[in-house]
Order: sequence, then structure tokens, then C-alpha cells
Amino acid sequence: MNGPVEMTYREAVRQALQDALRRDDRVFLMGEDVGRYGGAYACSKGLQEEFGEDRVRDTPLAESGFTGAGIGAALGGMRPIVEIMTVNFSLLAIDQIVNNAATIRHMSGGQFSVPLVIRMATGGGLQLAAQHSHSLEVWYAHVPGVRVVSPATVADARGMLWTALECPDPVIMFEPATLYNMKEAIPADAGAVDIDRAKVRREGTDISLITYGGCLPKVTMAAEHLASRGILCEVVDLRSLRPLDDEVIVGSVVKTHRALIIDEGWRSGSLAAEISSRIMEQAFYELDAPVERLCSAEVPIPYARHLEEAALPQTEDVIQSVLKIVGAS
Amino acid sequence: MTGPDGKAPNFDDTLTREHARVLVAKMVLIRRFEEKCAELYSTGLIRGFLHLYVGEEANAVGVMEALGPADAIVATYREHGHALARGVSAGAIMAEMFGKVEGTSRGRGGSMHIFDAATKFYGGNAIVGGGLPLAVGLALADKMQGHNNITCCFFGEGAAAEGEFHESLNLAALWKLPVLFVCENNLYAMGTALERSESQTEIYRHAQSYNVPSEVVDGMDVLAVEAAARRACDKIRKEGGPYFLENKTYRFRAHSMFDAELYREKTEVEEWKTRGPIVSFLDKVKSEGLLADHDIENIEQEVAAEVAEAVSFAERGEFEPIGDLARDVYTPEAEAAP
Repeated sequence: MNGPVEMTYREAVRQALQDALRRDDRVFLMGEDVGRYGGAYACSKGLQEEFGEDRVRDTPLAESGFTGAGIGAALGGMRPIVEIMTVNFSLLAIDQIVNNAATIRHMSGGQFSVPLVIRMATGGGLQLAAQHSHSLEVWYAHVPGVRVVSPATVADARGMLWTALECPDPVIMFEPATLYNMKEAIPADAGAVDIDRAKVRREGTDISLITYGGCLPKVTMAAEHLASRGILCEVVDLRSLRPLDDEVIVGSVVKTHRALIIDEGWRSGSLAAEISSRIMEQAFYELDAPVERLCSAEVPIPYARHLEEAALPQTEDVIQSVLKIVGAS
Repeated sequence: MTGPDGKAPNFDDTLTREHARVLVAKMVLIRRFEEKCAELYSTGLIRGFLHLYVGEEANAVGVMEALGPADAIVATYREHGHALARGVSAGAIMAEMFGKVEGTSRGRGGSMHIFDAATKFYGGNAIVGGGLPLAVGLALADKMQGHNNITCCFFGEGAAAEGEFHESLNLAALWKLPVLFVCENNLYAMGTALERSESQTEIYRHAQSYNVPSEVVDGMDVLAVEAAARRACDKIRKEGGPYFLENKTYRFRAHSMFDAELYREKTEVEEWKTRGPIVSFLDKVKSEGLLADHDIENIEQEVAAEVAEAVSFAERGEFEPIGDLARDVYTPEAEAAP
């Protein structure tokens, strides 16, 4: 009866939104084309019909205005979900996110909290070129006062939203655009999941592959291939980018003694750099090889398929990096 | 046409002695409080940026008279006057500027970030234009929850150059939200004169272009401000949409304590001072026999005592232990009710 059902990541996001809107009258969804259009990535299809124009609210193209309005509505007792089409567009709202959402609790001496969820698509791989393909999660993960998560599985896409809505502080949720069509089986009654722990997705003993979001399926495929060659990779899915779960990350490295971090952001100033530092600080003497990073090439993500593929971390790159690290140690 | 409290919205003719006294007391409190802040800044007890409201008192005082306790306020970094007029404790504001834990924000905000949940005072926002979207959201929350409250948002004319100003006016008008936008047009965005930064120097025309009803108000006349704010609030509560006031005003002192005022003539400042909101209102109420010199003397004495007590409260306050540095970045789990 609660047997697994197969669904897409997109459908899981849609069900999570629907569930949240049904559960709590204070919840409403707003953003560009979330209503009548059904969402730029069709994540809110049919929701305006069910919940009306007030609670599934189409906005003008005014990212700063409606994100700030989400912050104000959260201060005023609502539980808004603000959808921003892509992380690139969120740069028009970064003032509100960094200067208001992240600061108001602290700046008010704890008098006001901002229980707001901001969802946005992120990442490349769809040939959308340099204004729709970047992975700027680390810019937000840099900022104290917000939480940052990225569901990389269908179960997390289904379960993280409710937990984020129960959080009294702002949560930014990054949905990798390449995952919307991904299908996985989840229990029919799949529900809320935690939003602060990393998860070991695949156990292994030879090397820790630490990743998140859109890279997880590629890394998993690489691990499967490497297993056939006798190399047992442990795959760690960060899930939460702020706070980072040091315990799971370091615990894995202590077990495998090698680490490769796969991060679709650019290498300079990346999340991978931060994780590498933490491993060095907390597990340096456990390492049998230098920590390595696999990141996007330092170019604006290009349109042409072959160039975009070359710019982003790919399964084959993971395999080659692992062979190098394991062979070199 | 009456306001929510039953008072006639334009009640200049019926100004009572008691009401005149309230208005004078509030404006004088702001004036003396700000003068004390300047003095304490020069002694080093207040640091950071300090923006004084001297000359603009009629705006906060007049508008607050039209608002009720359930209404919300969003203000700017020049917000001591708004906080005082709203009834935030002078001692807590002063303690905040001293960086003391007894301050409105436990010393985390300083002069530019006064917050007070008890009076629904949502800050002290130091990003020009940054408070307008918050006001839109607070009003949206009220509307969605069926509350007949108003969110009043103060900002300067410099904000009209920011995109957030236009986005917010559009959203408030489009969604018919109960926002009272109050533009305090003091003619200078820091040191840049209005005609040097705006192609449209009549700010209320922006509101017109978004179909937001608007008025231009003499921001040096507290009765004119109060009457306009009452008309605005009355219309908002009855009809639900936003309203826009452009209050023509002037700051008598520098933009901040670092400002050498190279961008305006001293004669211009002196000319505006002759129309000062306190001096002109005192002339009126004295000539009409509503208040006598000894009434005003009494007000000055009461205010002096309140300001002295505020300073004393701030001096007696404690600095928060450094061990608490990271508190209030996130909500502690114990408080995190779903």
C-alpha cells in the first residue's frame, strides 16, 4: 500500500508544494509565472486552479520587489514560498536576501524572524548559456543568517520543502534544472525529511566522493563504473550547503583516507574550496592523498553542447580523477 | 469623512490645546534627543554612522498621529524621530546607540537599525529603497489574513531612483495593498541635489504613473502632515489600496557626522530654518492662544528630563558578553515553533 511509486523530481516538487498549501493556510507561493503558466519548469502546474490566485500568486518581473515582499509577508505572520526562475535572476534580489532576510533577526536583537523559503533552479546542462546556467549556491552559502539546501534526489525534492517551511529562519532551496525530469521510486507516503544533515548515498572504502545537487547522478554513475573496476567509492550528498555537515564529511574521509569534491560551481572561491579546507583542518593526518576538486571550467557557461559539456564536471572526469588519486597514493 | 478614531481628517480648525501640546512635546523631544546624540557623538559615546532628523520632525510626528497600534512602520537609517514618535522608549534607542544590551536591538543595530516588536517598528533600513518591498510584504500579510491594518513606509526622495521603489509601488497598486508610502523629500540624497539625480523632480508623479493616489504636503507643517496622513489612512482603510504622500521637507544638519556640507549654501539652510516645523507651529499655537510661553517651558523641562533619563539609562546599561556574539543569527531550536 505504501509501496514505492516512481515519479519525476518535478512531480515531487509539485506534490511538496501542494502538500504545503493544503497543510497550512499561511503558506502561499509567489513568483514569475507560477500561476496561470504553471511554473517556468512546470513545478506548480494546476496549483492555481486548486488554491486560487491569492495563494498561487503570479508576480511582475520584479525579483527584488517580490522577494522583499516575501520577507515582509514572513515578518507579518505568513509562510511564503518565493520562486525565482533561476539563480542568475536571483542576483536582482540578492540585496533583499543578503541585506534583509539574512540580517533582520540579528539586527533586531532577536525580535523578528523571517520564516521564508526561496526556491530557485540552478546549474547548467540544458544549453541555456551564460545567463541561465550558473551555479552560484556558494554566494548564498557564504552568508550567515540563511540556510541553504539542495535536494538531489526525488525523495528530498518531495520532503525538504515542508521541513524548510517549519524552519523559523530563511531557507534557500536550489533545484538543479537538469534533475526535473529525473525519475526515482519513492514510498507513496514519502514525507518530510531533515534539511541539515549530509547523507552517504553509497558506501565505499577507497575514496570519498563529496558532492551535491545536479552532480550527484553523475558521481553515482562514476562510482558504479569504478566499482566494476574494483574501486569502492563512498558517495556523500551534502544536501545542506549551509550549515555544512562536518561530521558526515569528515567521518567519511576518516574511513576512506581520500577525498574528491565535485562541485558545479567555479573552482575559485568555491564550496569545494571550503570543504577541502575543513577536511584539512579536521582530518589532515587521516589523508593518504591530497584532497582534489572537480569544478566547472572558469568560463561563463557556453551554449554549444560540446563546449557546455566540456565546461561542466562529467562522469568521465570523475572516473579519471579518482583513478589518478587512487593510483597516485 | 472621519478617520479610524473618529477625528475629522482635516481638523486644523478644531485643534485643541491638548492636541497642540502633544504635537509640540513630540517634536521637541525629537529635536532635543537628536541634539543630544550629536553632542554624544562628539564625545565618542556614539559611533558609526549617525543621521539626525533635525528639521524633519513634523513628518514623523504628523504621520504617526494617524496610525493605530496594530499598524506597522518601516523606516530608514534616519529613524530616531520615527521611533520616538511611534513611542519606542528613548532610553532603549539611546542604549542601542551606546551599543548596550539594553538597546532596542541589543546593540546589534546601532543608530541605523532601531527595531521594536512591541510597537510594530520594523526597522531602521540602511539600504536606500530596501524597506519598500518589506512594507509591501507586511501589507500583503495583513491583507491575506483579513486584518484592516496599514503598513506605513518612510523613505527619502533619493529612493525614487532605486528600482525597488518602482517595483514596490507597482506591486502595492497591482495587489491593492494597504501601504502608506511617505516620501520625505528633503531635496538632497546625501549630497546630491534632486535636480542633479532625477529626471522627474516631482516625486509624487511616479505614484500617479502607478495609479497610486498621492498628495504633495508641506512637510514643515505638522498639522498639514497629520491631516494628509489621516486622509490617506482613511482612504486606505476604506478602499484597501496604497496611498502616497510626498512631504516637502529639509534637514537642518549635515547628512551624517562625516558630512562637510559642501553641496549646499548656508543661506539656503538658514532660509529653511525660518520655516522650521517647531518654530512655525509654536508661532501658530501661541498666536491662537492654545499654548502660552510657560506651557512651552514646561514641555522643554519634561523633554530635558526624558532625554537626561535616556542618557542615564544608556550609561547604566551593560555590554553584551562576547560569548553571546553569535546569538540571533539563527533562531534557537527551542524557540522554533512550527
